[in-house]
Amino acid sequence: MSDSAVSPAEAATTAPPLVRIRNLSKHYTRGDQDVPVLTDISLDIPAGDFLALMGPSGSGKSTLLNLIAGIDKPSGGELTVGGLNIAELTEAELADWRAANVGFVFQFYNLMPVLTALENVELPLMLTDLPRSERRERALLALSLVGLSDRVDHYPNELSGGQQQRVAIARALITDPTLIVADEPTGDLDKRSAADVLALLQQLNREMGKTIIMVTHDPGAVKAATHVTHLEKGELLGTELVAAGD
Amino acid sequence: MLFKLILKNIFRARLRSLLTIVGLVIAVIAFGLLRTVVDAWYAGSDMASANRLVTRNSISLTFTLPTYYTERIRAVDGVTQISASNWFAGIYLEPKNFFPQFAVTIPVFFDLYPEFLLPPEQMQAMLRDRTGCIIGRALADSYGWKIGDKIPLQGTIYPGTWEFTVRGIFDARDDTTVTRQMYFHWDYLNERVKQSFPRAADRAGVFVVGIKDGQRAAELSAAIDNEFKNSIAETLTETEKAFQLGFVAQSEAIVGAIRIVSFVVIIIILAVVANTMAMTVRERISEYATLKALGFGPGFVVALIFGESLCLTLLGGLLGIALSFPVIATFKSLIGTIFPVFRLSQETLWWQLGAVIFVGVLAAILPAIRSARIRIVDGLRHVA
Amino acid sequence: MKIPFSYILRNLWTRRLTTALTAGGMALVVFVFAAVLMLDAGLRRTLVATGSADNVILLRQGVQTEIQSGVSREQAALVETNPAVARDQRGEPMVSKEIVVLIGAPKKGDTKPQNVIVRGLTVAGISLRPQVKLIEGRWYQPGASEIVVGRSVNTGFEGMELGQSTRFAGRDWRIVGVFDGGASGFDSEAWGDVEQLGQAFRRFGYSSVIARMTDRGQYERLKADIEADVRLKLDVKIEPLFYEEQSKALSTFLSILGLALSLIFSIGAIIGAAITMYAAVSNRIGEIGTLRALGFRRTSILSAFLLESMLLALLGGAVGLAFASFLQFFTVSTLNFASFSQLSFGFHLTPAIVLQSTIFSLVMGVIGGFLPSVRAARMEIVDALRAG
Repeated sequence: MSDSAVSPAEAATTAPPLVRIRNLSKHYTRGDQDVPVLTDISLDIPAGDFLALMGPSGSGKSTLLNLIAGIDKPSGGELTVGGLNIAELTEAELADWRAANVGFVFQFYNLMPVLTALENVELPLMLTDLPRSERRERALLALSLVGLSDRVDHYPNELSGGQQQRVAIARALITDPTLIVADEPTGDLDKRSAADVLALLQQLNREMGKTIIMVTHDPGAVKAATHVTHLEKGELLGTELVAAGD
Repeated sequence: MLFKLILKNIFRARLRSLLTIVGLVIAVIAFGLLRTVVDAWYAGSDMASANRLVTRNSISLTFTLPTYYTERIRAVDGVTQISASNWFAGIYLEPKNFFPQFAVTIPVFFDLYPEFLLPPEQMQAMLRDRTGCIIGRALADSYGWKIGDKIPLQGTIYPGTWEFTVRGIFDARDDTTVTRQMYFHWDYLNERVKQSFPRAADRAGVFVVGIKDGQRAAELSAAIDNEFKNSIAETLTETEKAFQLGFVAQSEAIVGAIRIVSFVVIIIILAVVANTMAMTVRERISEYATLKALGFGPGFVVALIFGESLCLTLLGGLLGIALSFPVIATFKSLIGTIFPVFRLSQETLWWQLGAVIFVGVLAAILPAIRSARIRIVDGLRHVA
Repeated sequence: MKIPFSYILRNLWTRRLTTALTAGGMALVVFVFAAVLMLDAGLRRTLVATGSADNVILLRQGVQTEIQSGVSREQAALVETNPAVARDQRGEPMVSKEIVVLIGAPKKGDTKPQNVIVRGLTVAGISLRPQVKLIEGRWYQPGASEIVVGRSVNTGFEGMELGQSTRFAGRDWRIVGVFDGGASGFDSEAWGDVEQLGQAFRRFGYSSVIARMTDRGQYERLKADIEADVRLKLDVKIEPLFYEEQSKALSTFLSILGLALSLIFSIGAIIGAAITMYAAVSNRIGEIGTLRALGFRRTSILSAFLLESMLLALLGGAVGLAFASFLQFFTVSTLNFASFSQLSFGFHLTPAIVLQSTIFSLVMGVIGGFLPSVRAARMEIVDALRAG
């Protein structure tokens, strides 16, 4: 337990945060009842941060991640990413924004089973105007970054869990996004692969300056992050620095 | 327990089961409709009686026979009565208002056809009016004709304007009796022909010959034909059924094609149901593995699969059969002019049922084999 | 649509059995559809080839077919004198006075007699039909009990081969030649000398008169002359139009029956496609969510699944069309309602039919795949990711 949460006032004196959240709330409507999932969340995430979101199941951490990533819409409050109020974007604008600014890493990798590793990594580039040759080049580069140059033409079912997650990370990198969101990235991996993936994410954060927001309930995964935010029952409990460890 | 499981499973994937059942219903109705069309084609021959022969010119139906043949035919032992019958082919207002018209020897013709029920007073009225006509109930209903109405016809084979007064309306005695036709006096026809084309007078299209003993049909047919061998107009005599079938035989190719096509629809629905069952089983492999792990034998799973497939097809099949009736009734009202008899036969109903059972069994075979082969450990791990 | 084409294609390949079954159902429907259109096209081609725009045919007034018609010798003679009628090198009118009757003859391998047209022609008659060519033997001699038979009669009926004799109207007639009717209705006829046939059938007049006009434009004038003459109660028609009318009843029947069948069958195939596509969507909910998260639009998702359905249908359509094209090796012989005789015709595949069949299968694919594609596109990202 080290420093307390970075207060909004403190954050304002340094560089503007990449993600600025004020009074964010989200609820679902079931029949005529409103079920609150997130209540009055305020948080700043500086650029270059590696933030872990922790909390018991039902705490709303995944919902918060979804809102920041732009795949869900808040019920109320302010959500600014890179200076853009994404809560006000239309669905089409959000789609374009995500394609350019967000990289996704899912618990179950979410690769297209009928595409090769190379084609999976290439997929986000289909939304750009880049010619075929350049798409391939970039995808090969991304795959080499994650250490899978010898598996580019393999299909997901021919790869181990850890390898599939690394392909997913390569895909998340390919458009050089400002933000990488990871929802339980090590949830389905064995200890060794989990360690490899976390090391890779750490490398991306420290060497390439990528901002990473990771939902996890694995205390071991938290050790790779720089900050950890705790949530419980839809409310923010606090943010703290992660102790320097192994 | 097995049955409850089957039913619940069918309605788990509600949309898929619903779509499959709809497909089955349509296929069963189409199948029934096509078979009914084929049956209707042969309908005329169903009305034939074993005690009637038809004598025609041996060259083809388009050649006539001299009427003085009647005496020589009557002389053949076993023959009861003879009527001439000439196909008239007149046009009522427009060519599309087609219905069969015959000039026949009255009242003999109606003695030969006891299945035409005509009140005796109507026959009396007909005998008194030489330009009268007797029409069938179905024909009367389709044009709304009543006793006393006049029917104008444009002659084609026998040119000129003709007008007949309805003197009688006959009803059908049996299901198979056709009542779409019109009959008038042969003598009147001959009278007019003598005036305009004297050389074509005293000729009959065919003779309808009544015989006492149906068993002797072949023998008597030969006897009649023998009578006229090597004469100017040789004859060909056959049973009424053979004569009617001769017409159908001319369109054999088309009828055969319709028969084949009726089976094609079954194959199409087989593909659909087989697809449904293959998908369903593939998605449930882990469940079947679980059942096996719990101790249920492989026979149980196979029974589940066949049961589901058959339940599905029977549901669709029975619904389809039930709906066939109104569909066929609707068709009958639309195309009644072409097919006098158009009804769903019992044989067709059995065929429809048989077809759905066939599809239900066949569609389940491959998936069932697959399920029997799966090892429990593989199945439990399986993600569809 | 930015979603890669290989994604769509490979998904069809992955679920091979389902793809095969669904496409198979479509193939059958397209086969029936194409077969009916080809049969109708074959019928029309046969009958249209039967007539020549330079000829007219005269029948008794109000009669639809040659069998029912009667033209007297006097009437025929009057027609010959009309100036609109062409003359040959010797100055003879190019007119054929013909008798048309039906005889019953058994088909090969059958005993039931079918109606065959026997046509008696005058010498000019053969030259009035330039599409007819002798392929075996020789033409009949005027005055002899000889006939020549068309190709379909030769191959389809019993006892109609070169050198054989067939008996009708109290005489034996020797088959001295076989002719090719140029894929027209004449292939289904037997021809002989009009005087001989007339005697045998005891006909004192003719059934019809065929005449060559001096010029195609003379039709109106000829028609006016005929109608003006009260002695001639005849209808005059340009030959191809007459034969087109002859095919109308059978053609209409085939078309309606065939199209009704195709429509009903297509419902089954469309349902099959819908079931398959719904399953495809539900199997790939997770993928749909991922694609949306990555930035692909709803319309791209819709297009991708719709395209998959259309590709499925196109595959089926191509297979169905391929099999249908083999039908061109077969001929059908059935009763032509109008002439009440057997007519032989084949299946004729035209580019138009290929186009129509392709469009038909694509439409089935669109209809079957539409609702499932909409379902795929309508999903919310988080729901899809959760369910997948």
